[in-house]
This record gives sequence, structure tokens and C-alpha cells, in this order.
Amino acid sequence: MDLFLARLFDGLSNGSTYALIALALVIIYKATTLINFAQGEMAMFGAFVVLVLATEQGLPIWVAVILGMVFSAVAAAGIERVLIRPFDPYDHLPLVIVTLGLFLSITALAGIIWRFDPRAFPRMYPAGTALTIGNATLTWYTVGVVATVLIVAGLVTLLLNTTKIGLAFRAVSSNIESSELAGIRVGPTLQFGWALAAAVGTLGACVFVADPIRQLEPSVMVRVLIFAASAAAIGGLDSLWGAVIGGLVIGMVQSIIVPYVGFIPNEMSLATAVIVLMLVLLFRPSGLFGTARVERV
Amino acid sequence: MSESANDIGSDAVATDSPRAKTIGDTLLDVKDLHGGYGPIRVLHGLDFHVAEGEVVVILGANGAGKTTTLRALSGKLDATGSVMFGDEDLISKKTADIVRMGVAHVPQGRGTLPELSVEDNLHVGAYIRKDKEVRADIDRWYDVYPVLKERRHQRAGSLSGGEQQMLAVARALMSRPKLLLLDEPSLGLAPLIVQDLFERFRRINQETGTTMLVVEQNAQLALSIADRGYVIESGTISIQGNAHELMHDDAIRKAYLGV
Repeated sequence: MDLFLARLFDGLSNGSTYALIALALVIIYKATTLINFAQGEMAMFGAFVVLVLATEQGLPIWVAVILGMVFSAVAAAGIERVLIRPFDPYDHLPLVIVTLGLFLSITALAGIIWRFDPRAFPRMYPAGTALTIGNATLTWYTVGVVATVLIVAGLVTLLLNTTKIGLAFRAVSSNIESSELAGIRVGPTLQFGWALAAAVGTLGACVFVADPIRQLEPSVMVRVLIFAASAAAIGGLDSLWGAVIGGLVIGMVQSIIVPYVGFIPNEMSLATAVIVLMLVLLFRPSGLFGTARVERV
Repeated sequence: MSESANDIGSDAVATDSPRAKTIGDTLLDVKDLHGGYGPIRVLHGLDFHVAEGEVVVILGANGAGKTTTLRALSGKLDATGSVMFGDEDLISKKTADIVRMGVAHVPQGRGTLPELSVEDNLHVGAYIRKDKEVRADIDRWYDVYPVLKERRHQRAGSLSGGEQQMLAVARALMSRPKLLLLDEPSLGLAPLIVQDLFERFRRINQETGTTMLVVEQNAQLALSIADRGYVIESGTISIQGNAHELMHDDAIRKAYLGV
């Protein structure tokens, strides 16, 4: 029982970090039906900026995190304007190649600036345990990560549902042509989506490496992106809360099912996430909470 | 034309005594309009005009260039020539700016945002407005078309075809346009629904003075609400005249009215 609880808590904290990156993927997917393969690397770069602000400039960690999120948002807005907008939004292959190019370039850039040695990341949540049940401990880190993902998903939902830019974003997600004919400027609206996604992603990367068992290095987000993409797909790719649930599902699968099912070697946990994804999509092609694009005529 | 599209209230629609219709100065004056998609040129020098308060219909067969004409007016494709809207030339202006100048365009098919609620669709229609009367205008549309009120929290994509088309028109009128462009509003709808829809267009025009340019294949119905009409063939205007004349023109009757 203790072991089960310990694994459950593990799954919660991992799943929540996947959920944050999945949220970032979903924001861009909603707007453009494109998976941004560079999302994890953009987030990693943002986390390095946070690290520099916190350790070299001595800023309090949460101030550094917020500044890092702003930095990422501005950088992503620039990337959208220069590298994404010139391409036809309906032709996905060139855009996928642009995001793959970004993926490689950002990793290389981070390596050039900060080298490839792992670095310890400051704590974002209090040390110690919030709750002990037998041998299972629920750390403040886990509580903090879960709270963070819930707050972020709530704030993003509020932003999209109650503000004018949110309305424009949802309109463009639904029908670019009709949105344009309503006077919405599509380019800046998509740019807003990129900025928002990058800010959320950077927070996700910070939260991930703020776990005392992890360190920050340029390739830290590669695996996370695969889990996050699976999480987003399980949730339906265009559902914010679906991404959160999907992240938790993947986290649980990884920490509960994999250790209990004897014949799955630990090295296969990445593949297991993808198998779960395939099973979900087999029975629910538009994910658990995705919008089936059906229109009455 | 001092009225805006938003003066349509339940009272206005309910009465059967429309105000006398006034036709004003030329609102839209198109001269020598050329345009198309990349190397494929569709429009070969179109000339037509629409006066304030008028309903003008452009008839034509599939592929004649009707939709392309409207898309050129809305800045959705590269066009050359002159498109004077009031004192300004719309050629090479951006769609978002053209909308802000007072041109609303209901595209072919369903011009709604299917994943958004009915009410959000109306809010999107008012996106360019900064005044405080948006709420009041939405409520007026709910009075005019109660089904929109009943379904205001439902996704627009769940409405029937006719309801979606009416929502698309309401959404376009929420921007308080000077000119409403309607691209084949009858497409894919049952005849009775189309009749109801055109009757609503006629009332909107009469009661609010909103100028309309309608592109249609359903010539009889379109001409029945129009003041004037043009026939477009292979990207040029081949026939023009007032709606009554066109309805009784032998060539048109043969080609477009099927009689």
C-alpha cells in the first residue's frame, strides 16, 4: 500500500509537469492544428534564462520564473513573426520542418551558451514533506506542482473565455476565414497563441527541473516532449483540461502500471506511454475530450 | 442612410408596414476589376456599382466568378482595377481594414465559427466595435430570431443549416456594416428555408437600409428581393438591368430561371 501511494505521488508530480508542456502544445494546436516540436526546447531555453536570473543575478526564484516566462513569450512572438507567419498556414509539412529546425537550433544555441553540463536548478517549492502515510511521503514539491498545473490551466481557460484576445483566439481556432471576415487580425492572434504557449512551456520546464532529483541541461526536455505530446493527444489535442488529464494519465501509467506489470522493462516506459495513446485513439479517435470536427450541413 | 443594421428590433420586424425605401448615392463603384488565384485569372474587367440602400444581385453559373468577385471586394485575393467604397479604394487593402471600413462578408457555405457558442459568434461579429451597445444588439437579434436565444450556449455547429446561415448573417450585421456581401446564401438549404431567409434579407434591407450585394444561382428568389441585377459570364458582366426587367428577360429566363 505504501509503495502504491509512493508511486501514485510520483505519478502525480511527473504527470503534472507533462500536463504543463501538453497545455503549451494544445494552445498552439488549437490555433494552428500544428504540433510545435520545438515546444520542449523553447521551454528548456526559458528555464536556462530563469536559472541565470536566479543564480547569477540573484533574483528570487519566482520573480526569475515570471521574467523567464515573459522572455519566452516575447521570443516566441518573434519566432512566430519571422519563421512561422511567412508560410502558408494550411500547408503543414513546411511548418513541421521549421519546428524541427527550431528544435535543433535551440538545443545547439543553449549548448553554445550554457554548455552541456547538467546544472542544479533552484527550489521553487518548500523542501520537506506535506504528508507521510507509512513509508509513502507526499512532498511539498508534488503538492506545489499539482497546484501549479491546476492554477495555470484555470488561468489560461479564464484568459481564453473572458477576454477579447481570447475570443479572437478561439474564433481563429474555429474558422480562420470567418474570423478574418469579422475583422480579426489573424497573424497577431496566432502570435499571441505562440507567446502564451511559450510562457506556459517555460513554467513547465522550470517545474520539471525544480524537482531535487533532476538537473537542467539542454536535452532535458526531449523525453518530456514525447510524454507531453502523448498526454495532449490523449486529451484530444484541442482541449486544455484534456491535456491536464492526459498528463496525469501518462504520469500514472509511467509510475504505477509500468512497475507493477512485470514483463515491461523500465526502459520501455516511454514506449508504454505511446501504447496507451494508441489504445485511447483506437477507441476515441479525437481523444478523451477532443472536439470531433463534425458540422451539420 | 442614417440607420444602421442594428436598428432591427422585434418591433421593427413585427410590423408589416416597412418604411419607404430610399436609394442614395453610389456606395460601391467597381471599375475594370481583374483578379484570380495565382496564374488562374477569373475576373476579366468587371464594372458594376451599388447605391446606398440598394439590394443588388449578381447572377451567374458555377465558375463564372461570382464568389471571386466578392472575395476581391473583401481583400481575400489579389485584384487590380478600382473598387471605390465611398471615397476609398479597397484594392490592395487588408481584409481586417476593409471590415473596419464597413464591409461585412458572409462567405459561401457556413460562415459561422462552429466550435464557438451562438452568443460567442455574435460577439465575434462585434469584434471591431468599441461602443457599449453590443449587448443590446445581441439581445435585439435574439428577439428577431428567437432560436438563436434558445440555443445561445450551444455550439454554432450544432444548429441546422438554415439557422447557421441566419447566424452567419446576424454575425456579419453585428459589425454594423454599410455594405453586406452575401455569397450564395441559398446554397445547400431546403427551398422553404431559403424563402424564409430571403424574406428576412428583404426586411433587414427595408427596415435598416443596409445595402446588400448578393451573389446567387437561385435567380428567381434573388431577383425577387433585389432592386437591380447583373449577370456575370466568364468573368465579365454580360447583362444588367433592374430586377423587374431581368426577371422578364428571355435570355435570363432561359439560362437561369429554367422556364
